[in-house]
Amino acid sequence: MDVFGSFALLLAFVCALYALLGGIAAILTRHPLLIKSTRQAGIAACCLIFLATLSVVYLFVTDNFSMSYVVSHSNRDLATFFKVVALWSGQEGSLLFWCFLLSIYIFSVLVAYRNKHGELMPYVGTILAGVQLFFLTISNFVASPFKSLAIAGSSGGLEYFAKADGNGLNPVLQYPEMIIHPPNLYSGYTGFTIPFAFALAALLARYPGEKWIHLTRKWTMIAWCFQTVGILLGAHWAYAVLGWGGYWGWDPVENASFLPWLTGTAFLHSVMMQEKRGMMKVWNVWLVFITFMLCILGTMLTRSGVVSSVHAFAQSNIGSWFVGFLLVVIAVCLVAYFKNRDYLKSENQLDSMVSRESSFLFNNLVLLVACIAILSGTLFPVFSEWFTGSRISVGAPFFNKVNIPLGLLLLFLTGVGPLLAWRKTSGESLRRNFLWPIVIGLLGGAIAFALGARDFYALVCFLLSTFVAATIGAEFYRGAKVIRARSNLTWLSSAVELTLRNTRRYGGYIVHFGIVMIFIGLAGQAFNQEVQKEIGVGGTVRIGPYELLLQAVDQKQEKNYVAERMIVEVLKNHKPVMILFPERRNFPTNQESGTMVAIYSTLREDLYVVYAGVNQGSEVPTIHVFLNPLVKWVWFGGIVVVMGTIVALLPSRHAALVLAGSKAPEVAPGFANAVPSSVALREGHD
Amino acid sequence: MKKQVKFGIGIGIIVISMGFLAWLGYGESKTYYHTIAEIETLRGSAAAHRMRVGGTVQAGSIHHVTGRTDFVLLGEGKSLPVSYVGSDPLPDSFVDNSQALIEGKMSSDGRFVAEHVQAKCASKYEAAPGEVPRPTSSNSPAGRT
Repeated sequence: MDVFGSFALLLAFVCALYALLGGIAAILTRHPLLIKSTRQAGIAACCLIFLATLSVVYLFVTDNFSMSYVVSHSNRDLATFFKVVALWSGQEGSLLFWCFLLSIYIFSVLVAYRNKHGELMPYVGTILAGVQLFFLTISNFVASPFKSLAIAGSSGGLEYFAKADGNGLNPVLQYPEMIIHPPNLYSGYTGFTIPFAFALAALLARYPGEKWIHLTRKWTMIAWCFQTVGILLGAHWAYAVLGWGGYWGWDPVENASFLPWLTGTAFLHSVMMQEKRGMMKVWNVWLVFITFMLCILGTMLTRSGVVSSVHAFAQSNIGSWFVGFLLVVIAVCLVAYFKNRDYLKSENQLDSMVSRESSFLFNNLVLLVACIAILSGTLFPVFSEWFTGSRISVGAPFFNKVNIPLGLLLLFLTGVGPLLAWRKTSGESLRRNFLWPIVIGLLGGAIAFALGARDFYALVCFLLSTFVAATIGAEFYRGAKVIRARSNLTWLSSAVELTLRNTRRYGGYIVHFGIVMIFIGLAGQAFNQEVQKEIGVGGTVRIGPYELLLQAVDQKQEKNYVAERMIVEVLKNHKPVMILFPERRNFPTNQESGTMVAIYSTLREDLYVVYAGVNQGSEVPTIHVFLNPLVKWVWFGGIVVVMGTIVALLPSRHAALVLAGSKAPEVAPGFANAVPSSVALREGHD
Repeated sequence: MKKQVKFGIGIGIIVISMGFLAWLGYGESKTYYHTIAEIETLRGSAAAHRMRVGGTVQAGSIHHVTGRTDFVLLGEGKSLPVSYVGSDPLPDSFVDNSQALIEGKMSSDGRFVAEHVQAKCASKYEAAPGEVPRPTSSNSPAGRT
């Protein structure tokens, strides 16, 4: 199977090479047969990558310990589904897996558009083949997952051998989140390749109009959604497994996944400027280029250990390959831009400071500044070494100082932007749209203050969150009211009807609402408490309203590890609430250990209990207890964001069908932006 | 023209204030990476910086004393006496000959006072003596996750 897999991978390389070179020839000659054959080579490359990936999984599941990659990341006692996911637990497999996910996207694009957009697709196919070729080069020649264990034999040749058992999977990876986190994140990283390829193709082909934006909107949103989920799952994994009480530590790899999310979010917003007003064309093209480059950079940071982090302790040689590839991408983008930049002339100019356009502009500015700050902070050790000779890193205070105010500004724009009119907003419309949300927001802030919130940023965050939630609620209310008036539906069905009529707009609002929930959760961090204490059996720890009593410490032998666990009774106001079992797991195969945090989670707060370790001198166990308010809001917010994205991906139901028989809506001008049923009005308000 | 000026001012305010905050945060959290050999050569204010040092824990050097743990970190043929005073228990992987990354400051008596210690077993991916060397050493698996 290893020979089969490595051969499939090599053949995929050949096919991708043909798709790239043949594609360039096809663009130059426009020979229809050449165009067809390169497309088919592209599809073949994808299929071969699927086969190669399957064969790695097969090697894991059949415990083939003659393979170096399997030996390093699996052992016989490992549960079968962990053997499957061990595919992406190490360097070589992760890169192949990246290539695999990219191929799913490429395959879908090549097949879905095989008979469409004849002017554009040869370019798209060629660009995609180029990206694929890079990863195939790495997987074939630099970090192949198909290396057998071998030694130089007595005759001078190589002698192959197999080990009896593998070294086991890193214990911190043996959690459910680790099964779904990398696929999500990688699907995000790879997904942005599609809008990148279309944007570059449109620029190279001077493809008319905004068509590439319409074509890629769904792909971008899918990638964005995966990226969001991937980031949140990673945060949840860090929270539930690493046992330091938080979910975001500005670790280089976390940052790496966040950077393309920021530019991707900026892109999703600023394309609307181009669709509606023909503005920011250059900006959009570069945003999507940069998003793709940040995806490659993110993969590089994660995989190469250029900046040390929890993910990458050691250094590796693949960084230079990525740097090389990035330079090629930058060069291609620059050449394409300078050659065809006249094609990107803006059709309009900014009219007013208080307009939808300017809110998009500031939204993009905030996202970009955040991106630059995080990028420079992440790469600071590298740059400081280049310029000053000493390696300097910056920590959480740097990132927090910049990003908290930026985040709040963004939250504010989330509330304001969608309610401003294109071009210029009148004072009358401002008062109508914002009076109540402002009152409600102030009320929200006052309630938070009354409940004891004294942290400045957290207070501002609660105030803005209620304000934004109120603006979103008001939008649904106004729209639903109009529908209800003409259809006698209930409020809820009217709101659903409204959403289905303009999924893009109202799905977007749902996403915004999810983001508001995440912000509320983030603000909770200002009130975190923690206690760490060495306690013997019978000892207690107090935190907030809770008292924790260590009843016993016991051991249990599991198939792949030994679990040592604390039995902790939780009391609230002297009444028992529940029993928690924080664990430490020792894995004999690789002499590593992991923590299993016990969390008692409510909407109000998380009681987070860690069996932190045993004092190596006195043998007394140490318990580490955190009281983290509002954490659950972050995870729920994530779910809402996903639901909103799914809604926005649905095709809008045409209002004309629903309102069959009725004339175009006659509404007071004051309600103009509340009725998305008329095409003319919708134009201005997506 | 006036509109552009307005936007310019708005953008300028955001960028400048963020730059200022970034500078504050930088001053608060910058940490230098040094090797053990470099520490000896540091003079004046450079020796007082917060820093991160990596090395191997000398076998038999770990001593648990009330309130702290003393050990010696080896690297590039030099040694560095360390006192760990952090509140977190030391990781299980922190044992003789493990690789450790410590963060803290030099004290005036030449000991390194560490607040954080990260460690990993050195043996994990390397062949034990007498065992067959790994054939893939030319591109060793680096990222562990």
